Amino acid sequence: MADLSPILPDDADVVIRVRGLTNGFGEQIVHDGLDLDVKAGEILGVVGGSGTGKSVLMRAIIGLQTPRAGSIAIFGQDTLHDDAATAKALRRRWGVLFQEGALFSSLTVAENIEVPMREFLDLPQPLMDELAGYKVSMVGLPAIAGSKFPSELSGGMKKRAGLARALALDPLLLFLDEPTAGLDPISAAAFDELIKVLKQTLGLTVFLITHDLDTLNAICDRVAVLADRKVIAVGTIPELLAFDHPWVREYFAGPRGRAAAASDPVGRAA
Amino acid sequence: MAEPRIEDRSDTAGSRRLALSGELTMAHVGTVAAPLRAILPGGTSLAVDLAGVERMDTAGAWLVHRLVQDWTAAGVPAHVEHAGPDAERLIAEMAANDVPVPCRPARGNVALERLERIGRAIYLAADNIGNFLAFLGQTLVVLAQTLVGRRTLRWNAVIHQCEAIGVNALGIVGLLLFLVGLVVAQQGAVQLRAFGAEVFVVNLIGRSTARELGILLTAIMVAGRSSSAFAAQIGSMKLNQEVDALATIGMSPIEILVVPRVIAMAIMLLMLGFFGTVMAILGGGLFCWAALDIPPVSFVQRLQEVTPVSDLVIGMIKAPVFGIIIAMMGCYQGMQVTGNAESVGSRTTQAVVESIFVVIVLDAFFAVFFSALGYN
Repeated sequence: MADLSPILPDDADVVIRVRGLTNGFGEQIVHDGLDLDVKAGEILGVVGGSGTGKSVLMRAIIGLQTPRAGSIAIFGQDTLHDDAATAKALRRRWGVLFQEGALFSSLTVAENIEVPMREFLDLPQPLMDELAGYKVSMVGLPAIAGSKFPSELSGGMKKRAGLARALALDPLLLFLDEPTAGLDPISAAAFDELIKVLKQTLGLTVFLITHDLDTLNAICDRVAVLADRKVIAVGTIPELLAFDHPWVREYFAGPRGRAAAASDPVGRAA
Repeated sequence: MAEPRIEDRSDTAGSRRLALSGELTMAHVGTVAAPLRAILPGGTSLAVDLAGVERMDTAGAWLVHRLVQDWTAAGVPAHVEHAGPDAERLIAEMAANDVPVPCRPARGNVALERLERIGRAIYLAADNIGNFLAFLGQTLVVLAQTLVGRRTLRWNAVIHQCEAIGVNALGIVGLLLFLVGLVVAQQGAVQLRAFGAEVFVVNLIGRSTARELGILLTAIMVAGRSSSAFAAQIGSMKLNQEVDALATIGMSPIEILVVPRVIAMAIMLLMLGFFGTVMAILGGGLFCWAALDIPPVSFVQRLQEVTPVSDLVIGMIKAPVFGIIIAMMGCYQGMQVTGNAESVGSRTTQAVVESIFVVIVLDAFFAVFFSALGYN
């Protein structure tokens, strides 16, 4: 049986390293001694039942939630004990796409994309406009969307715009929180394809939370399963299919899991 | 790490050659973007030499791509040399996505735009009045049907709202009115002392608070507290489609959400107004006792002599009217919420501003009305 441990060997090229993470709200403990490694250049899918703390894990890694215990290192830099300047510099190197896009509602899509550029760089305005325009086109939005306000966009377009903003500074690391939730199957498949292409062209490492079995099958290199307050297994889908845990079996071998696997060549090969 | 540099290696034969080197990344291209574009296209051909480039990201690739594009468009054939496979792929990626994208909404004629904004504001104001009248009508119909027994009154909701509007406001309203009574007495005493007429402070406190200040300040306080709460509660229910859910189950949102609030507000503002008036008189009385040596017994006796009962009655008549208006303003703004969370915020603000405004305007009407009736 393949090694499904969430901890990679020490010599692996690891972008995110989480050790002994404990999170909780009041009496309720969400994570208890959670370990996880994310390899450079991979798309890691994070799955788990509702309430297992997928979003909390992401929030802890990107510094929106202070954990009770444990350590988190990104690009080898300890994020829990760093000073303000290094923390800010680190934020330049990752992009985050929230579930609903989280676009600033008073700015147009292009201006949203320019926000991080304005904050971190000193670029002439015309060049920023061109780069924002390029990002709009790169994420597959029609050109006219650049001058639109978020309230004028559909759900799928908002996610694409949010992705464009997340990619504004050419990050090496991308966090996606349920990118395909609420999209129709055609848009969801197109979004999956887009992430795959972006990963290849820009050499991204992607941390992706999803419920979408099709997304997992289509683009994820490895999948991490959250259950029992820990990451219980990390591996490719064929490896996880052999993993003996009630939730994992239910998830991947249930009717939806089988249907998603059958429609994908990788799954079928397994 | 090296800052990006441009080196012109053109030969004399007219074929131009630009060598780029250093870090062509987003953090560094700012320095070379302008100089690169300042070089005017010329000569017979252009070669962009990327041999010295250490790193390149989308911003660098974009610059190189645009350089080639601009020169080609100007009639000078341009090409890239010595690009690594990654750089080549990135530049090709740029070319695939080079479409003009507008970044801001097109600005029209400034004067016309101003005119349009004025027109839009007038239209929206008129629309707002119309919508409010429609809402008022609907609510009054449901209220009337409830009073004659054709609809059930949700007693639980009424009691719950009474607690939220009234009981929970006792502290803040009491303190506010107590302090206002104190301040009125103190300021009045300073002026009246000049005439040796300090005892008239009792008239001032009794008449002004019973008739005007007690109820007006309570109403303003409650408008700030509860009409905003109504707008926010109903507004977020509207966003969450809870109001639609009520309607589809066959329950009238007005009956469930609005009528209990209106009834509770009418009752509680009456009680709070009375409580507030008493607290103001208490504050004034305390000041008279402490600073003017008017003992409580004389204060109460004089208060009875100089403050007609009609003052208190007038004050209390206004209370339920203010209550109904405040509640309706809050509920109306809540029901007008559409689209996004931002709308809840602006509607809540509007609810507070408009209900306070209307309360003060109505109070002025009442003042004129009652003096015309001879109650001075």
